[in-house]
Amino acid sequence: MSIPVLLFASYADAFGARRIDVPVDSPCAVADLISAMRVLPGGHVLPKEPLVALNQAWVTSSHPISAGDEVAVIPPVAGG
Amino acid sequence: MTAPMTAHTPATVETAGSPQPEAPHAPYAAIVEAPIDIPALMARVESSGVGAISLFVGTVRDLNDGQAVTGIDYEAYQPMAELELGRIAREAATEIPGIRVAIEHRVGTLRVGEASIVIVAGHARRAPAMAATQRIIEVLKQRVPIWKREHYVSGERHWVDPTRC
Repeated sequence: MSIPVLLFASYADAFGARRIDVPVDSPCAVADLISAMRVLPGGHVLPKEPLVALNQAWVTSSHPISAGDEVAVIPPVAGG
Repeated sequence: MTAPMTAHTPATVETAGSPQPEAPHAPYAAIVEAPIDIPALMARVESSGVGAISLFVGTVRDLNDGQAVTGIDYEAYQPMAELELGRIAREAATEIPGIRVAIEHRVGTLRVGEASIVIVAGHARRAPAMAATQRIIEVLKQRVPIWKREHYVSGERHWVDPTRC
């Protein structure tokens, strides 16, 4: 399956898009998605454990991803 | 330039000689593009039972890590940022009973001196009000998906990565 991923700020710059479709095997956890993103152009910017949100809430690397989830891979936050 | 006023309904209506009981307060949190209207935000926590309002204003400064800064682009994952700000405000309300909280974070391009974040907390007493603003800004910096790209005098622009500080 293919997971649409939202990107922002430095990650959007690195991947060259604000949304990319990432091919993954099913079933898929967050860690699998990140592994698949690392081999894409721009994937070198991802740290060891990037921040990930599913449906606008933080999740850990073992969290499963289902078709239709809103997935965002999030650069280090710098609000304030 | 005057920022648009946000609608404000007084939390309580006083009647001479018979003060009304304190109305429940719903924390307010928003991501905004216009300059933050600080008096309007303060009005959201005012109440007859409030004896202290703590105000935190984060502003764009002209120097970071030795580089002269001329402005900052703020970007947000807006729907999640608003949800997370609301969660943080509600957590503060749970931890500090009686606290009244209002938060706005601005996005877009800001000049030096402009306010990027305003947090107001009202309480009957000053210590809880001050503790609330301190707690909220620290948690916000850890959890809210907002990023900033600094503009330097040289013309370069770089995204700030706090994990590399």
